[in-house]
Formats: sequence, C-alpha cells, structure tokens
Amino acid sequence: MDILVIQCFNALLYASILFLIAGGLSLIYGVMRIVNLAHGTLYAIGAYMAAWLVGQGVAAGVSPLLLLLLLPVGAAMVGVVGAVMEPTLLRPMYRRAEEYQLLVTFGLLLMLEDAIRFVWGGTPLSAAVIMESLGSVRVWGARYPTYNLVIIAVGLVSAILLWAFVYRTKFGVLLRATSQDMRMASSLGVNVKKVYVQAFALGCAMAGLGGAIIVPGQAAVLGMGTDALILAFVVVVVGGLGSLLGALIGALIVGVMRTVGIMFFPEIELAVLYLIAAVVLLVRPTGLFGAR
Amino acid sequence: MTSANIAFRSLKPLRLLLAVSPIAVLLLCIPYLTNPYQTLILAYGLIMAIAALGFNLLLGYTGLLSFGHSAYFGVGAYAVAFMVKYLHVRSMELFVLGGLLATIVLTALFGVICVRYTRIFFSILTLALSQVLWSLAYKFFWVTGGTDGLRVPTPSLVAGMVDAAKLSYGGKVVTYYYYVLFFFFLSVGLMWLIVHSPFGTALQAIRDNETRAAFVGVRVQRFRWLAFLVSGIFTGLAGILWVPLNGLTTPDILVWTFSGRIVFFTVLGGFRSFVGPILGAVVFNYLETYAISATVYWQFVLGAVLVVLVLVMPTGLVGLLSRLAYAVRRAT
Amino acid sequence: MSLLRTEQLQKRFGETHAVDNVNFVVEQGEVLSLIGSNGAGKTTLVNLISGLLSPDSGKIFLQDQDITSMGIYDRIKAGIARSFQLVNLFDQLTALDNVALTIFSRQGKTQRLTALAVNDREVTDEALAVLDAFGLQDRWNIPAIGLAQGERKLLDVAVAYALRPHLLFLDEPTSGVSTRDKGRVMDTITSVVRSGHITAVIIEHDMDVVFTYSDRIVVMHEGAILADGTPAEIRANAAVATTLLGTPTAE
Repeated sequence: MDILVIQCFNALLYASILFLIAGGLSLIYGVMRIVNLAHGTLYAIGAYMAAWLVGQGVAAGVSPLLLLLLLPVGAAMVGVVGAVMEPTLLRPMYRRAEEYQLLVTFGLLLMLEDAIRFVWGGTPLSAAVIMESLGSVRVWGARYPTYNLVIIAVGLVSAILLWAFVYRTKFGVLLRATSQDMRMASSLGVNVKKVYVQAFALGCAMAGLGGAIIVPGQAAVLGMGTDALILAFVVVVVGGLGSLLGALIGALIVGVMRTVGIMFFPEIELAVLYLIAAVVLLVRPTGLFGAR
Repeated sequence: MTSANIAFRSLKPLRLLLAVSPIAVLLLCIPYLTNPYQTLILAYGLIMAIAALGFNLLLGYTGLLSFGHSAYFGVGAYAVAFMVKYLHVRSMELFVLGGLLATIVLTALFGVICVRYTRIFFSILTLALSQVLWSLAYKFFWVTGGTDGLRVPTPSLVAGMVDAAKLSYGGKVVTYYYYVLFFFFLSVGLMWLIVHSPFGTALQAIRDNETRAAFVGVRVQRFRWLAFLVSGIFTGLAGILWVPLNGLTTPDILVWTFSGRIVFFTVLGGFRSFVGPILGAVVFNYLETYAISATVYWQFVLGAVLVVLVLVMPTGLVGLLSRLAYAVRRAT
Repeated sequence: MSLLRTEQLQKRFGETHAVDNVNFVVEQGEVLSLIGSNGAGKTTLVNLISGLLSPDSGKIFLQDQDITSMGIYDRIKAGIARSFQLVNLFDQLTALDNVALTIFSRQGKTQRLTALAVNDREVTDEALAVLDAFGLQDRWNIPAIGLAQGERKLLDVAVAYALRPHLLFLDEPTSGVSTRDKGRVMDTITSVVRSGHITAVIIEHDMDVVFTYSDRIVVMHEGAILADGTPAEIRANAAVATTLLGTPTAE
C-alpha cells in the first residue's frame, strides 16, 4: 500500500513536470504553428540556471526556504531567452517551408546544448539543499519528500493559472484569436508580432519552470534537455499538439505509464513510452485532442 | 521543340560527362597521388556521401525531413557486427547482403509508421524511433556490447579473392578504398537514375503539392513509403561500408546527434541539388577531421553554422558555387 | 444515362448546410457552368464529387457506378479530374514536367524507379502536345512558379486535362486573369475540351464568360440548386435574377 501511494505521487510529480514542458511546446505551436526543437534544452537551461542561482544563494548564506523563490527567477530568465530568440531567429522563418523552421531550431538546439557545457561545465549541478531542508511528510502511512509535493502543487497551480490566463484574460483572448486565425486577428488590429513574442516567451518560461522545479530533486546534467524533448513529444503525440488540455491529459497518461513501466519493466522503460506514442499515432494520428 | 531535343537539353549529356569524368578519374587516382591516411579520410567521406544521398532523397526530393537516419546507418553497421559475432561471417559481400536485408526490414517497418504523417510529426517520429533503437542498443548490452560496442575485423573482399588481413596497412586501406569507391559510383549512378525517373518526378510532385499529386492519381502514402525505403537502404549501405573501416560499432552511431550530422552536411552542401549532399558530406568529413581539435565546443559551431546557413544561404555550398560561377561568367 | 448524377447529397459544416439535398446531373459532352453567390456551395459540391470531402449522406453516381465511398485515387482512375480555384501546381517542376508527370501517372508508369523520365518519347510527345493545345509550348522549360498568372491558370487546367478525364471540373478558371485575357483563356479551354470530347463543369463568377461558353447553367443558392437550364432560360428566370444578378427583370 505504501509503495502504491508513493508511486502514485511519483506519477503525479512526473506528470507535473511533463505538463510544464509539453504545455509550453503546445502553447507555442497552438499560437504560432512553430515547433521548437530547442525546447527541451530550454528546460535544461532552466534547471542549470536555477541550480546556479541556488548555489549563489547558499554561498551568500540565504536560508533554504527563501531559496525556493529563486526557482521562478530561473524560469523567468528562460522566458527572456525565448523573448530574444523569437524575433531574431524565428520570425524570418514563418514564411518559409516548415523544414527550414525545424532546421533552424535544430541548429539552436546544438548551440544551446554546447552553451550549457561552456557556461556550467560537464559536472552535474545540484540544488539538493532545498530538497533536504524541507524533509519529508507522512502520507497515508508512507514517508514522502515534502519537496515532491511542492512540485505537484506547482504543476497543479500552473495548470490552473494557465487556464485562467488563456480563457479569462484579455491577453488570453488575443492569444486564442491569433491562434485561430492570424490574418483575421491582424486585420482586427491585434499586434500579432507582440502576441507571438509573448506567447513564445511564455512557452519557454514554462519549460524553464519545469527545469527549475525539478532540479532540487534531480541534479542538472548534460543531456537532460534532449531526453526531455523526446518525452515532451511523446506527451503531445498522446495528447495532441496545440492543446493545453491535451498536454495535461497526455502528461498524466505518460506519467502513469512511465511509473508502471519502471515498476515492472525497468529495462525497457524508455522504449515503452515510445511504443505508446507509436500506438497512439497509429490509432489516432492527431493525438487525443489534436489541433490540426 | 521535339521530344528528342528535350531529352538532350534536359540531361545535357555532354556537359554531364565533362563535369563528371575528371572527378571520377581523380577519385580513381587518389591512392596513387597521396598517402594512405588521406585515402582513408576520403573513404570515410565517400561513405558519408552515400548516407547523405539516401537522406536527401527524402528531404530534397520528397520534402520529408528525417531526424532519425542514424537508425538505418546503425542497423546496417550492427547487422554486420552481429553477423561477425554470432554467425562468424568474414566475407564483405555477405556483410552487404545481410546488412541490406536487415536495413530493408527495419526501414520498411519504420516507414509504415512514419509516412502517415507529414512535416513536424514525421520529423519527430523519425527522431523518436531512432532513439528507441539507441536505447535498445544501450540497454541490451549483453547482445549489443552496450557502450563498449562490437568489434568488426577486416573482412575478406570480393568473395574471398582478396584477404585484406594479409596485406600491409597501406594495402588494406587502398584496397578497401576501391571497394568503397565502387559502391560510391554505384550509389551515385543509381540515385541519379532514380531521381530522374518518373518515380523521382512523382516524389517531387508530392513535395511541391501533395494534394495536387493525389489529384493526378499519385498514391502519396505509398510513394512516400517507397522513398523512405530507398532512402534507408542507401544510408544502411553506408553503415555497412563504414563498420569494417571503423573496426567497431557503438550506440554512438544511433544517437540523434549522429542523425543531426547527416542533416547538417546535407544542408551544408545544398539539399535542393543532387550533388549538394555529396559535396557537403565530403567537406564536412574534412572539417571534422581537421577542425575538431580546434575547439571542444564543436557542436556549438555546427549549430551556429546551420542557423546561418538556413537564414542566409539555404542553397548551401552548391548554391554558393553556382552563384560564384555565374558571377565569374558575367565578369568575363 | 447521365455521365454524373448525385442523389440527395448532403454536407454540413456545423450549422451551415453547405450542400443541401442536391440532385446534380451532368450529361455527356456538355459544357456546364455552375454559378451562385459566394458560399452557395459550388466548391463544396465539386469537393464532394472529386473526393476531397466525404458527404454526410447521399450518393454520387458516375455512369451509374456508385462512387460515393471511393477515395481520390479511384475517382481519378474512374475518369474524374479537376483544376483548382487557387492555382495548385508543382511549382519547382517545369511546365513540361507538370504535364508529363500527370501522363506518367495516368499510364501507371510512376513506379518506374530506374527509367529516365525524359527518355519516354511517347509521354514527352504527348506532354508537348498538351502544352501546345494550351498555348504553353514555348514555356515548357520554365518552372511552374516562374510562369505568369494567366499561364499558371492554363497550366492548372492542362494538368487536369492531361488525365484525359471523362469529367473535368474547373474551379474558377478565369479568376485572377485580366479581362483582356479571359476570352483567350476560355477560348483555349473550351476548344480543347470540346475537341477532346470531355464533359466540363465550370465554376464561374464572370457572367459574360458563363453566358458565352455554357451549354447549360446550374444555379446554386445556399446549398441547393435554384435553377437549371440553358443560358436563355436562366436569363429569363426571375428568381435567379433577383438572388444572383440583382436586377428585378432580366432584359
């Protein structure tokens, strides 16, 4: 029973992170029809950035609980990176065939991966101090790290805030209008360029947040970006590209499947996920909630 | 304008011959003009050119960008390694046959899954599938040798007539170089025929306008799958030729970054032309060999160059050269 | 037996009845114009018949053969072809290759991997003849994207024509063509169509074109057929005049 509870929470934890990454990807695609192959690397940058900030904070003697506040800063910085990337590198690609867009973002992926190595080196960067300082709680008879519950909470809150943002704010209306019909929105006076850069920055910040909140539990390592990218794609394949609800449901499904997979087939864990993606694609090409 | 004139004008047979012959002669003479080390580097370059030719059938001619071509290269290489390990085969011809068989099966299977989707989903799916293969090669280390990989010793060539193991190092390199060169000429000739065939025209039509292609009676999915199959076979052949040269196969050739390199040198050479991928592969091979020691952040340079290429020079080296040639002709 | 006939064909997009219980008939050998205001359902009807869309209900018969559940490929093979309102060509291919590919496809030669396309004299000759019929023979070597707008429209029709269909749908073949060239374009199209014994259905908005070139006119309005008859009959039809032509009396 203990193990079941723990695994349930693990699945939710995993799903929270995946939702942030895949949700960002889906948001960007839904609004701009762009798939950013460097999206996973932005998640990694969020993790490294947050871990580094935490390291600075520890050195400055800041209390561990306050260090929590540094995590969103890491995410915001990734958002800024995105805000710079979009107008300079992606905007010229909108009129061109999709292959060019994929090639550019692939080039960015290569650049950013090495940039991480350049800035932070090859050794893993950890922010475990936060995790340790929060200790653990009893949940239904099992001991579970408190911080993990924080992650799940962040995931939940993000989903709610995002929903509210997209469906209840003026910017959300602009976002949805632009994603449904860019030309129409533009002719109605919407500043499409502004919407694009803001949507892109938001999507990147989400990925960055995913990285920032995972890093206290899991040190930032080289290659985490590409792993995350593949997983995010599995989620959008399952849930449908362009749909936030799809990202949420997809993240939950993938989270559960991965946890189950690890429990019973630790050897082929990754392969199980790809197999799920392949099956979903074969059966329902646009995912469960695809926006094509 | 008659059809006879058109055949002549379209193919420009004389010009083609004039352009190709010196290069062919040069390639044939390289071992006598330079040392075994240079010959070896060129052999690697020609092998990657075969892989690029295969890859570009999908990208340049069918409009499908695959980020997972390492899978077909890898399956060719690993098939050879398995033949050595489990079947104790030493004949290069059997390597080619067995490797191609394995490549055909895998490519056919992956193709069925991937070609139902276009553009982004296609690209992602190819990436994911190659990662599946990589993770299998990595995890099932008792079969695949894991990160240590599997060794492939020098094979015997031409049905045992040439036992390369008995030659000196230089002799081995030169002999193998000619073997690779044979397959290079064969691949180039075959691919040239394919892209200039009715099938090739149909692929380009699918690339340009898949709806209209359907409306002129082209079975779009089937042809995409066929293109995928042919593409994978060429790249698999490259893997087969590569592994005895390298002596070893590891999961590194299945990783997505390896696919990325294939994408890179094809774009570098110019993916909207026939020779672009060949040029890009050979040039990149030299760059990699000599420049890789210049900086540790090799991947950054690759990425930056790719971004610049796409933004500023999408027709690649071939485009650059033809613009230079045009400028020269106009000036004189 | 009519060449084409639809029975109670229905297609809804949400609340809109794009095609509402349409019984559309096309007779062998005629040039029929399909007219109506924007949103009347003309293109949707053609999309349904050519296979781009599936109907919600109803049937389509080509020479009494039920083609309702056939895919695009089978309908092409059965003898239906179409051109497009927004020019749909293979832009990187030459004008010749655009047509040659169509002929290769028609003759089932597209699966030939290792025979040079240009060496097929029969196909090249036929492609040249088609280009010639449409006045494009001098532009054979130009990629489709490099042609002038009027030439592109003609090529779009030529490609559909090269399928030697029984039934050819032309979606606004003169839209975007300058008034001066419209006559030339339509003369070319109709002469080719008639000499090839092809039945043509033309969607058009230009009433001069419609009344000059049609054997029969079918008027659609809000998804249903409003009127069906010869140009003279349609001209005299008061209902058509009010909904379409905007005048209370015809002449």
